[in-house]
Amino acid sequence: MTMLTAQPMDPKLGSIIKLAVLAVGGQGGGVLTGWIEDVARANGYAAQATSVAGVSQRTGATVYYVEMAPAAGGVPIFSLMPAAGDVDIMIAAEMMEAGRAMLRGFVTQERTTLIASTHRALAVSEKVEPGNGIANSDEVMAAAGLTAKRFIAADFDALAVRNGSVISAALFGALAGSGALPFPREAFEAAIRASGKGVDGSLRAFAAAFEAATAPRVPAGTEKKPGALMARGPAKMVAEWHRLTARAEALPAPVAEMALPGLRKVVEFQDLAYGAEYLDRLGQVLGRDDAGHGFALSREAAKYIANAMAYDDVIRVADLKTRGDRFDRIAAEMRVKDGNLMHLTEFMHPRAEEIAGMLPARLGARVQASPEWMGRLERWFAKGRRLRTDGLWSFGLLHLLGGLKFWRRRTLRHAQEVAHLEAWLATALGYLPKYDLAVEVVKCRRLVKGYSDTHARGLSKFDRVLAGVTLVAGRDDAADWARRLREAALKDEEGKALDGALATIRSFV
Amino acid sequence: MAERSFKAEVEHLRLGEGDTFTGEGILAITKALLENGVGYVGGYQGAPISHLMDVLADAEELLGELGVRFEANANEAAAAAMLAASVHYPIRGAVTFKGPVGVNVASDALANLASSGVTGGALIILGEDYGEGSSIMQERSHAFAMKSQFWLLDPRPNLTSITKAVADGFELSEASNSPVMLMVRIRSCHVTGSFATKANRKPTLSVREALEAPQSDFAGVVLPPMSYAHEQDKIRNRWPAAEKFILERGLNEVFGPKEAPVGLVIQGGMYNGVIRALQRLGLADIYGASQVPIYVLNVTYPLIASEFLDFCQGKEQVLVVEEGQPEFIEQTLATYLYRAGSTVKLCGKDILPMAGEYTGQVLLAGITDFLRKSAPGLLPAPVRAPNQDRPKVPDLSRVVPIRPPGFCVGCPERPIFAAMKLVQKETGKLQITADIGCHLFGSLPPFEVGGATMGYGLGPAANAAFDGGGARRPISIIGDGGFWHNGLSSSFGNMAFNKSDSVAVIVDNYYSAATGGQDVMSSRAENATKATKHPIRKALRGIGIDWVRQIDRTYDVGHMRDVLREALTTDKPGPKVIVASSECMLNKQRREKPLAQAAIREGRRVEAPRFGVDEEICTGDHACMRLSGCPSLGLKVLDDPLRDDPVASIDQACVGCGNCGEVADAAVLCPSFYRADVVHNPTPFEARFAAFRARVIGWLQARRARRHLVFEVAS
Repeated sequence: MTMLTAQPMDPKLGSIIKLAVLAVGGQGGGVLTGWIEDVARANGYAAQATSVAGVSQRTGATVYYVEMAPAAGGVPIFSLMPAAGDVDIMIAAEMMEAGRAMLRGFVTQERTTLIASTHRALAVSEKVEPGNGIANSDEVMAAAGLTAKRFIAADFDALAVRNGSVISAALFGALAGSGALPFPREAFEAAIRASGKGVDGSLRAFAAAFEAATAPRVPAGTEKKPGALMARGPAKMVAEWHRLTARAEALPAPVAEMALPGLRKVVEFQDLAYGAEYLDRLGQVLGRDDAGHGFALSREAAKYIANAMAYDDVIRVADLKTRGDRFDRIAAEMRVKDGNLMHLTEFMHPRAEEIAGMLPARLGARVQASPEWMGRLERWFAKGRRLRTDGLWSFGLLHLLGGLKFWRRRTLRHAQEVAHLEAWLATALGYLPKYDLAVEVVKCRRLVKGYSDTHARGLSKFDRVLAGVTLVAGRDDAADWARRLREAALKDEEGKALDGALATIRSFV
Repeated sequence: MAERSFKAEVEHLRLGEGDTFTGEGILAITKALLENGVGYVGGYQGAPISHLMDVLADAEELLGELGVRFEANANEAAAAAMLAASVHYPIRGAVTFKGPVGVNVASDALANLASSGVTGGALIILGEDYGEGSSIMQERSHAFAMKSQFWLLDPRPNLTSITKAVADGFELSEASNSPVMLMVRIRSCHVTGSFATKANRKPTLSVREALEAPQSDFAGVVLPPMSYAHEQDKIRNRWPAAEKFILERGLNEVFGPKEAPVGLVIQGGMYNGVIRALQRLGLADIYGASQVPIYVLNVTYPLIASEFLDFCQGKEQVLVVEEGQPEFIEQTLATYLYRAGSTVKLCGKDILPMAGEYTGQVLLAGITDFLRKSAPGLLPAPVRAPNQDRPKVPDLSRVVPIRPPGFCVGCPERPIFAAMKLVQKETGKLQITADIGCHLFGSLPPFEVGGATMGYGLGPAANAAFDGGGARRPISIIGDGGFWHNGLSSSFGNMAFNKSDSVAVIVDNYYSAATGGQDVMSSRAENATKATKHPIRKALRGIGIDWVRQIDRTYDVGHMRDVLREALTTDKPGPKVIVASSECMLNKQRREKPLAQAAIREGRRVEAPRFGVDEEICTGDHACMRLSGCPSLGLKVLDDPLRDDPVASIDQACVGCGNCGEVADAAVLCPSFYRADVVHNPTPFEARFAAFRARVIGWLQARRARRHLVFEVAS
């Protein structure tokens, strides 16, 4: 019997180029793979491509895989799927897919050129969280820098869209620009031309991405700082605005930074007097704050008092929907060209609560307490309305409603909002000298957002979190618990995570 | 019309003697069928062989020229039953479907076919949907071959081997009077490559000619006592004939040195992966020349004892590489060794994993492990004693979100599930079953509607236990594909006959959409060779279901919700069926987008809708996301220090389906959404009127702006 002994590896094996594409279904990964195969075959390479299309094509994560080697000498045996640690070129058509490629071991320092588009196509799990569920791209970027032999990253999706094409063309350009395949640029472009569909747009996106891939990386953090805030209008108003901004600017720096946008928000919401009120309220908080804590309490208060004062009522929505700059912005977004028209349809669904909220506070409160009257309002007003704000009738209606600021302070809604705001601030300040706890309670105002049911659910979560805080207020780690409760409340719609956190608290108090 | 057109590729099917075909596996298989004189073809779509059906449909002209009959069968059972033509007639027939689910459906016909035996070659091309990218339960079709006795081919995954297997399959079938199943895995179906073609051949006897001289023989009928004779015939005659053919024609292959202490026994489909593992170990060159003997089973059923024992001669250990479970092949080979009194050690699932796909990593690890134990001298030093510090890779598993498939942009099924979620907010959680098809994505977040799926066309049948009613009626969901596959009889026949007090929602998107947009009976499209435009509600009426509500615009979420509510509360007895119809957006866009673009170019009036979100009005509560999940509805982080949470944002991919606005309205979410309809080439009157309105509106806006402070950020 012959004994087998170890042999040196076939040097030709090194000539196999292994390329994987990780894409989201619908991104044109199949087209990209086809081009790559074509360019290889046209340049004297044997190539083999595979994919696992199936249902993954419906917006799921999908892998395409290509192997190629010089055709002279015979038919190489190619693998049908990428293997961990054995991929030369990894193209990720989205940032988290780049992360997935690394997770699956397809990116290694010894051999892998990673080409990734930095844009995000959010997964459903990231979008449904009531808070901010967006996955952290920075972590993936950092990992890619450590894991890949070479890392080429740009927003290839935006680049493609700018050039009237789709991401597959841009990624093909980046692949050509990376120099990771031994073919000249013209060979790549020939493959696009041969495909015969949307050739011009594809070539433009290809060229732009080619440049992006060959240009040196621009370090992050070079975006320009926002410019100064300017106000136009009647001279007396402008003068008063300047007085108010001077007051805000005189606040300690960390507070002023938040108070200026806060001031603008409340003045835009109502008027200059309301702005002065905002600064007064902020002043009350500042009076109990100190520099030792970096004015964190006042800074957070500056943010959340502004948000609480600029609540979302019918008047605000109607005002925002009828502003001139809105029409221009939408026309630009929709790429309305000369000679085109644009119709605008708004989806409104007022409820009895909104109507009652517009009534004078006392009357409104009586109406709201009467199921009979609420039923009437519901019948008269509450139904889905499609309003064409490019038309005179609907625009006029919303324009009128948006002009009711003079009436706002008398309304039931305003009274309710003021009461809620004052109770919340008093609760927060009541926890002083537990400074951190007071800050956390101020931050809980974040939970109140949305309209109708969502708003009601937010309010109820807010109440439950604050009630939970009272249970732990005596503990040293009360601030931690307040933060945990708030974060739990932002995790899901029904508040399951919050229920869990509250149950935990009850288990030890 | 199917999602992907193969009209251009179909021309490759006309290649002649000595030409070279370059393209996808599926297309190569079709070409091989024509080269081998197939007389009739059929099947039922499903990944990974959907495209085979699409290719056949697009090749109908060529098939007609050759006298080949093509049927887009109603389901896999119908496809398998079609092979009955090969029982009495010397006509080659081929059908295709996915496995193992398609084989499950077809198994009645397949078992009868296998019992009767065949005269003409009968080939089942089976797309084995196993491993990454699969959409079904993870099982093997292998068991069906064993229980009914048809032969199973699992060729090496390259176009030459796969097309050769088509020819071998027909001949093996005829030589052994048994049906043959040609199994191709997901990647083999889509693998690209080349093979040398032969001229297409007309069938020696066409199905049309066969009808001139009908034949029958009661010996072929599965009834006692013939059925007993069939069983004996399978074992006494057909099996030995198959073995003889496989041996004589050398269908299985042996590679590598003749003599060695170890060897590999592998399924043909595993060949490339095994070679890659050997290449990485320095044990095979780029062309696959291996230093380890490999016995490649291009036929995985039956296994030939003599051939296997020959291969084992002189070896100490062999490793069986067999994907999936149970390990049928390994068990049989172990029996062969034991009966022969052999001392060869058989390894397999003790080293390789019992369950799951054999990926490159799995094969490399398994083969390395096997060789380390059985022939350590063979392995290069670093593999024998790994001494390598891998750089620490940051753990991204907590960062990267899962991304299961979901509804496409503008999908008409999304609003149906939004409405169901809204109804459940009123009623509380309902008992809901689902079927097979795109609508099954409704069971995933954000909707999470529907728990169980029991198979294609079985959604309402899966609720049968609850047919008697209770506190709240159960709901079942089924697609139009499932309805015509066998839902009409198995689900709706069952409901009607048992006077079911439950609700069924038929998601009618005009196609068998999940499998690639093939036409079904109720498709609205003109189809030259198929009967379309048969409304589902008429079929329901025909079997005595009277409470039927037809919805022709699923995007009307409020209406959808109201109808669901009505179905749940009406006191009418019997089944309550809602037919929710709107065209699959993927197909609609593919058809209408080029038309709209052409119209704009030609100066005709076109309205292009798209949705948008007013950032300042959106509070970032994401309530809309929980009723949508549309890929074009995403989040945007605002450059505003006062905002904590990202707001909703709609990208360019939006097709203006209307779900966002409808949901915001029906669920009373928020007024952030707007629809912008860009009117291309407006009429002169329209343009003048719009200009007038814009002047009035502009005047009002300017008037208000003059009286208030207007803020802007200097750039």
